[in-house]
Amino acid sequence: MSSLFDMPSYVQSSYLGLVSVQLEVSLGATLTGLVLALPIGQLCSRLPRFYPPVLGLVTLLYSIPSLALFVLLIDVFGESETTVFVPLALYSLAILVPGVVDGIRSVPREVVDAADGMGYGRARRYLTVELPIALPTLMAAVRVAAVSSLSLMSIGGAIGNYGGFGDLFLLGLHFFNDRLIWVGLVSLLVLSILCDLVLRGVQRLLTPWARSLRSVG
Amino acid sequence: MITFENVSKKYPDGTEAVAGLSLEAPDAAITVLVGPSGCGKTTTLRMANRLVEPSGGRILIDGVDARERSLTELRRGIGYVIQQAGLFPHRTVADNIATVPRLLGADRRAARRRSGELMELVGLDPSLADRYPHQLSGGQQQRVGVARALAADPKILLMDEPFSAVDPIVRKSLQEQFLQIQAEVGKTILFVTHDVDEAIRIGDQIAVLRVGGHLAQFAAPRELLERPADAFVEEFLGLDRGVRRLTFIPGTGLNLRTDPLVRAGAEPTAEQFVLPWLLRVDEQGRPVGWFDPASPAAETISIGHPFIAHTDSLRAALDAAVLCPVGWAVGVDGDGRAVGVVSQEDVAAAIRAAHQESLHRLQQDRERVR
Repeated sequence: MSSLFDMPSYVQSSYLGLVSVQLEVSLGATLTGLVLALPIGQLCSRLPRFYPPVLGLVTLLYSIPSLALFVLLIDVFGESETTVFVPLALYSLAILVPGVVDGIRSVPREVVDAADGMGYGRARRYLTVELPIALPTLMAAVRVAAVSSLSLMSIGGAIGNYGGFGDLFLLGLHFFNDRLIWVGLVSLLVLSILCDLVLRGVQRLLTPWARSLRSVG
Repeated sequence: MITFENVSKKYPDGTEAVAGLSLEAPDAAITVLVGPSGCGKTTTLRMANRLVEPSGGRILIDGVDARERSLTELRRGIGYVIQQAGLFPHRTVADNIATVPRLLGADRRAARRRSGELMELVGLDPSLADRYPHQLSGGQQQRVGVARALAADPKILLMDEPFSAVDPIVRKSLQEQFLQIQAEVGKTILFVTHDVDEAIRIGDQIAVLRVGGHLAQFAAPRELLERPADAFVEEFLGLDRGVRRLTFIPGTGLNLRTDPLVRAGAEPTAEQFVLPWLLRVDEQGRPVGWFDPASPAAETISIGHPFIAHTDSLRAALDAAVLCPVGWAVGVDGDGRAVGVVSQEDVAAAIRAAHQESLHRLQQDRERVR
């Protein structure tokens, strides 16, 4: 069993090392994307005319081939984790910005009206009313973004050892080692599923009210 | 008291929602704003807690200009109930009700206790406290909405079509209960509806608005029905204005006959045989149905619905008489026991007598003016 996860000498990190880089970079990028998407989405839902151009922009970013972006960024950040991290964070915006906007739009108008009428200030209304109600929609987007980052990251192997399990695909190809490719593929799959399950769990904990909503609706 | 002084609302695109409205909603009374859609009634209501800012005139809350107070302070001091309830879907019933006390800084335990009191007041089962709003019926949600508005014990309540989204039966029971609660709490209430019947049922005073936000008439319900100010008000009140007016004339003056009543098991007497219809009552005295003395064995004819003799109005008595195919209304006591019957003709005579009385009053008034 242990031999399956032993890495040949040309792989520069241990199996656990790969897991940790994979999680750190792709989940870190998703989190960064979320931190950016929240204010952008809030702006777009407050000023709806900004939404189409912003949506166009984040979609355009998503359509830039990652290799091209890496080449550009190597000039800035060198062959580093950051070079992989930045495109992933940008790509996640294409999923997270619409997620935030849809989430805020899912808050019923009369709920916002009632909150205003009862004397909520803007910040308090956003944090304690709108954001919690937007959470189910928002978390769905976060889950897609996280899983998509996990797999998109593989291409990072092309600029050195920054692709997580993606490194194994390229090295396996290079050294004719099928085992590495399979280990990488299965590990990535399992990690994606686990990641989605954990996020699902977080969502359930944060939105106990939505649980009974699903069973009714 | 809420005072509107020459208040107007014009939107940037030029539409005028409210035009020079002056109105006073007195303390501890229900003032209803009613009118067709586009008459500015909701806009008027929303100007009282500054969800809409007036473009002219001023609004005084207990003599103080609403603009002199901070938005949050003003709104936390005014209860607000809306059509779709607007409950927070992510909070339990108890937490929803506790919203404003919590905003005002009440601790969790005190707010929770207050929620319990209010649930009792509005007739919600305590077991619902930890449910979420979507697990309740529409009527229950509206009750939570009312409880939430009352939680911080504001002097003033703004209600925007609070009972319009529920079915007619639930609506009627909500209205009745709302009046009971108001008798207990005595709030200053501004109430918006498009439903004339609702306005007449619950309003102490009714402001009828016409499209463009002009006040067409401001009067107590009975006066509104008796003396509509103009053709618009008359048309808005509808064709059965005359019948609705009877709501304000008590049915206690009706002459109830007891001679057509026949107890269960008893045979009609010789005197009863000359009557066209007899009323069968059961052992407890509750009405069963009408029968023809000539064929006492035949199935009885339904009485339709009875009216409560000592509390219902002439409207209820007339409706009961008109509904029943034999043309007689059955008066019952609070326990549903028949106390007597009255014919359509006798109800009509009572209406005529009531009219004569009000005509007489009107003439006296005129003479006094002269």
